[in-house]
Amino acid sequence: MRTRTLIKVATASIQKNRMRAALTMLGIIIGVAAVIVMVAVGYGARTRIREQINNLGTNMIVITPGASTQGGVSQGAQAFPNLSLKDVDKIRNESQYVSAISPVIVSRTAVIGPAGNWRTTINGVDTDYQIIRDWQPSSGDFFSADDVRSTRKVAVLGNTVAQNLFPGQDPVGTDIQIRNAVYRVVGVLSVKGQNASGNDSDDVVLIPYTTASTALSGRSFIPQILASTSNSQDIAPAEDEITSILREAHKTDGTNDDFTVKNQNDLAQTAASSTNVMTMLLAAIASISLLVGGIGIMNIMLVSVTERTREIGIRMAIGARGSDVLTQFLVESVVMGILGGIAGLALGVISAKLVGHFTGWETTISPVIMAVAVAFSGAVGIFFGYYPARKAAALNPIQALRYE
Amino acid sequence: MNDIVIQTDKIVKTYASGSNEVHALRGIDLTVQRGEFVAIMGASGSGKSTLMNLLGCLDTPTSGSYSLDGVRVDGLDKNALAAIRNQKLGFVFQGFNLLPRTSAVENVELPLLYDRSGKKRDTQALAVAALTRVGLGDRMDHQPSELSGGQQQRVAIARALVTEPALVLADEPTGNLDTRTSTEVMALFQELNEQGITIVLVTHEHDIAVYAKRIVEVRDGRIRRDEPVKNRRSAMDDLQQEERSAA
Repeated sequence: MRTRTLIKVATASIQKNRMRAALTMLGIIIGVAAVIVMVAVGYGARTRIREQINNLGTNMIVITPGASTQGGVSQGAQAFPNLSLKDVDKIRNESQYVSAISPVIVSRTAVIGPAGNWRTTINGVDTDYQIIRDWQPSSGDFFSADDVRSTRKVAVLGNTVAQNLFPGQDPVGTDIQIRNAVYRVVGVLSVKGQNASGNDSDDVVLIPYTTASTALSGRSFIPQILASTSNSQDIAPAEDEITSILREAHKTDGTNDDFTVKNQNDLAQTAASSTNVMTMLLAAIASISLLVGGIGIMNIMLVSVTERTREIGIRMAIGARGSDVLTQFLVESVVMGILGGIAGLALGVISAKLVGHFTGWETTISPVIMAVAVAFSGAVGIFFGYYPARKAAALNPIQALRYE
Repeated sequence: MNDIVIQTDKIVKTYASGSNEVHALRGIDLTVQRGEFVAIMGASGSGKSTLMNLLGCLDTPTSGSYSLDGVRVDGLDKNALAAIRNQKLGFVFQGFNLLPRTSAVENVELPLLYDRSGKKRDTQALAVAALTRVGLGDRMDHQPSELSGGQQQRVAIARALVTEPALVLADEPTGNLDTRTSTEVMALFQELNEQGITIVLVTHEHDIAVYAKRIVEVRDGRIRRDEPVKNRRSAMDDLQQEERSAA
């Protein structure tokens, strides 16, 4: 039989059992759709994370205390107050690669403004912070080095804080209260949006770190130091340099470091690993679904072979060889697989577009993935269709003709 | 062209049924010339179905030889038998055995699709011609479920004829039909035989067998009687007579 005739015969028999074929294909459809969505969303999530990491600041290095091992026990970060302002000064003075550095003294408290109060994060930082985070004020100015030196009570508001405390107004020049002390608002930061962990970056108030350590925390240790280099090539040497400077200052030797130095690539990898988990999960769903779909095809093909025993007998009586019957049923299951693959592709593309629409992620699906998905569902058809097709081909024409 | 279509020599067929052996055929010698119209008769269990299966190349004999249209058939493998069935045989069954939900013309076309001889033929045109020959030129696109029993059997006959076989094998072709339709179908067979087509008909009805030219009676796996039909009837005349008496 010619290929065209074969495909015609196969599609004709699928058409005669449309509902059944559709239900049979459902497993394949869901499997392929899951693969497509997985790939598209995975791509979108990675793009998104890359954007967000870049959003953190350019060429940023994060130094945190802890993550050291003591007596063989790994201590979580920030378990011990290991970083000090002296470390900041030392890095600033000794490093050749670090172009900007700022301590970050974090505290959470309520801020009182004319429209009520708002609980937020107060970050005590240096003026370099705006360079490191690449974060300029949209209104007013950042506080000055003089403000930092003089421990002035000045504040730069994140956009979310500004909108909640001063709805519809420009807060620059007005006063707010933080822990019973009055701060003058000197600037409002531009909108940064969500960070990689999904928190609102704009829900923050920046004050000079000197002011923060005296007026707010009263503690001398620093939970985080941010540094940046002027270009991306300098990041790796800067990390090494910071590590050796801190080892010298802390008298550690690499086996007992009491600080951690990370750059944004490390952060990106951490974030990517969580999307990898999601991708793996979807891949598991997809493969199980394809497996179940394949078994579904096998099941329905076995039913079909039994049902059409007489048809097989007729075909053999008028001259079909075993191989003709085998090919016919195999083509039928492959066509079913491919049709399921195409339907799944359509469903997957639509779902991916919807996901993209609601999350704002860029969900792009490469034509290669589409082709692979459809080809794979065809392969599932061959694999699971072979056994029933062989059963059909092995029928004895006399008994098949007598079958009721 | 060989003038002997069927030549069997001491065909034996034995089935193993559990521990016993069933001797379905105990040595059949049968020769059928081109252009003959043979009715094989016999009660159930006589071995006529087994003989039919062997003559139809659906099965191979335990011993003995069988030549169909000059080709030794015993000992051929499955694929060679399939090719013989496709090129030299046309089957007409009791239950019509048309593909359901498939138009008449597609049913008739079917054997041509399995033709491996490589002749590039216009299969559809041949199918149309065969259907016209059996008087169903106006029912091409009807599905079996839309046709009467007689019409379905005509489609089956067209399917048997479309490959221009050396032999048409009809297994109880009137078994599912009423008397009038049976006579019509037999009239068609007689007409085709007049045109030179060799027909072997298996039936247990004497009324049907008398439309053939020769009767071969099988009993207990042997040929008991092999003689020309005396008082051969013309199905066409019977039909006309019936019409007259009805009027």
